[in-house]
Amino acid sequence: MGSGDYTPLFLSLKVAAISTTIVFIAGIFFAHLLAKRQFFGKSVIESIFLLPLVLPPTVVGFGLLLLFGKNGWLGKWLLEWFDVQIVFSWIGAVIASVVVSFPLMYQSSAAAFEHVDIRLENAARTMGASNWRVFWTIAFPLAWPGLLAGLVLSFARGLGEFGATLMLAGYIPGKTDTIPMAIYFAVESGHMEKAAFWVVIIVALGFSAITWLNWWSKRNMRRFANEKGR
Amino acid sequence: MRKTLMILCFCCIAFLGGCNKETEGNTTSSSDQYEIMISAAASLTDALTELQKTFETEHPDIQLSFNFGSSGKLATQIEQGAPADVFLSASEQDMDRLEEGNLIDQNSRIDFAKNTLALIAAQNRESGPKSFEAIDPSKLQHLAIGEPDSVPAGRYSKQVLEEVGLWEPLQGKLVLGSDVRQVLTHVEMGNADFGMVYSSDAAISEKVKVLAIADDNWHSPIVYPGAVVEKTKHPDKAQVFLEFLAGEEGKTVLHKYGFH
Repeated sequence: MGSGDYTPLFLSLKVAAISTTIVFIAGIFFAHLLAKRQFFGKSVIESIFLLPLVLPPTVVGFGLLLLFGKNGWLGKWLLEWFDVQIVFSWIGAVIASVVVSFPLMYQSSAAAFEHVDIRLENAARTMGASNWRVFWTIAFPLAWPGLLAGLVLSFARGLGEFGATLMLAGYIPGKTDTIPMAIYFAVESGHMEKAAFWVVIIVALGFSAITWLNWWSKRNMRRFANEKGR
Repeated sequence: MRKTLMILCFCCIAFLGGCNKETEGNTTSSSDQYEIMISAAASLTDALTELQKTFETEHPDIQLSFNFGSSGKLATQIEQGAPADVFLSASEQDMDRLEEGNLIDQNSRIDFAKNTLALIAAQNRESGPKSFEAIDPSKLQHLAIGEPDSVPAGRYSKQVLEEVGLWEPLQGKLVLGSDVRQVLTHVEMGNADFGMVYSSDAAISEKVKVLAIADDNWHSPIVYPGAVVEKTKHPDKAQVFLEFLAGEEGKTVLHKYGFH
């Protein structure tokens, strides 16, 4: 099928899996932290969180280059102290994915946590449950549909990320060529068969991931429901 | 109240849009003012912008407008019927494509500029190879070039690297840019150790220095062909611009921007 090389597939899976995990945890953490709190400057913080969603990927990519480039504020420091180079590496692709998909996870989780009835949480607390236990037995299960929506959206966005990734991770065949990049360069150079091949792969990948997530969430919902009934 | 305001707004926009179209119609239909649309390779951006002023002062009846992009993309646009009068390409391949499809006036085709391929490094970089042969793959992390299948500059870079026997050893260290200006940015920001761009691109950037120029025999000739597009409404005016570009004044400005 004129491709032979499957690195884009494994790389895309690796990048999307890692970035979705990071975004899932960070999104829930910040959303839960801010959901029921009102303080001066909250809307400013939320706007900063959501900014990557409204900015064009080229602007996000440029910002990330300034930050993580070899001479960037963070990049320079990481290179000197940890000998880690973000730019032109697959870690760069993960960072680009995390930044662009975080807003989706944050927004979905924040909406989900805001709808959890605070009286249920307070009732649990009066019965001596720790904050940790309240979160896992009440807030998390009740917010789950919203969290799942965020998970699916962030995975999809991370898998398809192209613009910022091209700028930060570059295009190094065999090292930083994710599926969207393979498709872009195949089309640019007129290799339509190769492009079509990767399009089929990414469609299959996205479709099966979302189907699986939905099935998994329904099963989990049932488990939560059973536990509650017990 | 809100609704009426919205409707008013829409009316205003529609009205203004209509006005615009009318004025546009007027300029093209008037007999003493011609607008020539030039589809030009991105690497010509700076040189052509400077040439525009001189040309329009000398030919007050002709107004130039530009559409810059990669030569491959521009050729496709013309194939799809984009209203260009002149096509200035950075590669013979794309011009040949249009010539085969009888989309340009073959008699007007002319090579108006040449370019060379340069090995560049960031201005503040202390050491670097003095020639292409001296590139040591073990001493560099990343070399930026254009993507060889879609970017002409990348195609020439690949030919040069193959010629000096470095294409294979450098695999995994080549960062492929989506156009030649992206390659320049990678080097300017210090993210890639070295890069390969046209000499003209190196000349416009103050943040990079040229380490070496590739031998002309190592790659297919980098020439810029220009031609009048077959479907143009003003073939004689388009021809005037093409002759100006290939003439003394055109040459001087192109030279200033690093072309030969």
